[in-house]
This record gives sequence, structure tokens and C-alpha cells, in this order.
Amino acid sequence: MKCRVCGEPAVISLKAYSTALCAPHFISFLEKRTLNTINKYRLIENGEKPIVAVSGGKDSLSVWFMLNKLGYAADGVYINLGIENYSDISLAKIEKMADLLMKKVYSFDIKRLSDKGIDGLAKVLKRVPCSACGMIKRYVMNRVCIEYGYTTLVTGHNIDDEASALFGNVLYWKEEYLGKKNVVLEARHGHLSKKVKPFFLCSERDIAAYAILNNIDYIREECPFSVGAKTLIYKDMLNRLEQLSPGTKIQFVKGYLKSFIKNRQEDIKNTENFCSKCGYPTYGSICNMCRVLERLNIGEGHICFDEYDPSVLDTTERLMT
Amino acid sequence: MTIECDGKVIEYNKPIDIYRLMEQLSINREVYLPMVNDRLVTEDYRAEKGDSVKFIKVVSGG
Repeated sequence: MKCRVCGEPAVISLKAYSTALCAPHFISFLEKRTLNTINKYRLIENGEKPIVAVSGGKDSLSVWFMLNKLGYAADGVYINLGIENYSDISLAKIEKMADLLMKKVYSFDIKRLSDKGIDGLAKVLKRVPCSACGMIKRYVMNRVCIEYGYTTLVTGHNIDDEASALFGNVLYWKEEYLGKKNVVLEARHGHLSKKVKPFFLCSERDIAAYAILNNIDYIREECPFSVGAKTLIYKDMLNRLEQLSPGTKIQFVKGYLKSFIKNRQEDIKNTENFCSKCGYPTYGSICNMCRVLERLNIGEGHICFDEYDPSVLDTTERLMT
Repeated sequence: MTIECDGKVIEYNKPIDIYRLMEQLSINREVYLPMVNDRLVTEDYRAEKGDSVKFIKVVSGG
């Protein structure tokens, strides 16, 4: 196949758009698409200070790389889940990207809460690891924004993440979750930072290609706790549909944005309370994270961050790491 | 040529188009990106004897 723009050999075919592109034109296509999403949904506006939630995977490292390339100076925040042979590799890849971008990374080590990592913590909390991880991530990522003055938390969620979550919520008619997914969730009451998803309309396949073409060194191993996750089953089903009928995922998600979400946002605002201890949104009187801290008999002081700042490392130190 | 997918490596002797290979291995194009000699290629690329073909899984998350 030839690149639709320049006629050079293509490196990727995009069936949903009936086109194929060479490396430079594909990179430009994905950056333009992301920039359009940022502008259309006002994800990052003048004066805002973004920070990217990074995991070491292709999506978060790519969005971090791309934002800085497009002129949105952004630091990173990482949660070390204490998973053997996984978390430390992830952190090394994140620090490598931080060195390249010359940006700071804040990291929170879950061992501050439990010396056995997320697995041990989940057992104590009688939750599955993914549920405990999600709850802690949401809280800690928000916390770093509030504490260090970042206005906007950026995540690498892509259209496959959104489509699979939507699919699961529709399949079981989880009305309480429908309408919560959006490209942007505005900041509220000084306790909740703005959350944005610049890759909301980009596919996982395209983001992986972008990472490869830009030599982004991301962790290719899956989180060991994701084996058998329902999200992956939904993604598999949606990808089968996509292969048979290209464009299905984008139509599903865009249709949701257009026709469903407007009716639901007001309902959500009206049903939320705020934690009496920390101010974080909750449906009860105390948020889940404060309950966890109470249960572990740990003070809020344990939610603190290590900082990795390549700009203060000297040349020798950087060469050695 | 060597073909690598999900950590498994197989040998294949004849030239073959990537899309044919994906059909034979039941590989969904939405789930894997084809690379030949460490470069991304489109599905109509013809892999030759001596090439190193890799299918990179793109799906993640739990």
C-alpha cells in the first residue's frame, strides 16, 4: 500500500478511514486528531497546568510524549503498585521518558500502605486487586494535583477503553455508570481536579503504532492481575466486530457522546456528596480511601510522593542511570 | 523466515503476504500490528525468506 498523502510505502493501514499512511504522515495524523480533541472539548486551556498519569504502558507514555511535543508542558505521576517483575520495570521506562522530556515524575509507592503491594492490600480490603488499584489510583492521582497545584490530570484512555467500558455498562444496564464517561470531567469544589482524555477518539492500535514509530520504550507485558478481566473480553468482542465492520468502535463512542451524555451530567452532579474528612466526592459520608486509611490505622500523612526530577540530576548521574 | 507472536516463534519457508499469514494464524488485525525486520508494515507486504516477522499485541488494560 502507498501513503495516501505522499505515495511513499505506507507503514499502517487505517480501515476505519479507508486509508494508509507512511510514518511521518501517520504521526502527523494522530497528533492532529489529538489536538482536535483537545481544542474541541477544551481539554487544556491557557493557564492550565497539566500532569499526566503514567503507568509505563504505550498509552500513557505516548500521551505524555505527544503533549510535550505539541507544546503542553506536562509532568508525570506514577503509582508503584509493588508488583514483582512489573512495577520496577514500569518505573524505569517512565524515568527514561522523563529524562527525554526533562520533566518531573511524582511517584507514590503503595508499600506506604501495605508492605505486600497491591495484592496484599487488596486481600486486607477484601477486594480484587483491580478494584483496590482503581480506587487508590483515582484518589492518589487527584491528590497530587491538589497538593502540587496541577489543574488538569491527563490520562491515556483510548477509544478501546471507552468502548469496552460502555459496552459492559450497556450489557448489564448499569445506569449509575452510564453518562459518567466523558472526554473531560471538570474540576469541582477545589477538591477534585479536572480530568481529561486526549486519546478518547484514538484507537489502541494507532497509539501502539505511534509509540513504535517514535521509539517510545513502553512496557509490553500485561499487568499480571489483568488476566481474565472482563474489559479484555469486551475488547476482544469489539475488535471482532471492528474487523468485520471497520469504524464500529468510533461510531459506538461518538454516538454515546452525541446522544446520551448531555442528559446524564446534571443527574450525576445532583447525587454526589463530599467526604467529611478529605472533601473527595463520595456517595456516603466518608470516601473509600479514608475508610481504607481508617481500617489500616494509617494517617493521611502516608499519602506522600517521591520526586524524580531530571533537571536537577547532573550529567554523570544521568549517564549512570 | 521466523514468525513471532505472543512469545511463540515458528519457522516458515515460503514467501507470503502478511494478510495471508494473519488469516492462517487467526490473527485479528485490530489486535496485532505486523512488523517485518523491526519495521511496521501494512498487511499487503510480502514477507520473504530470511525475514523476521513479529506481531505486536496492542490490547492492554484490565
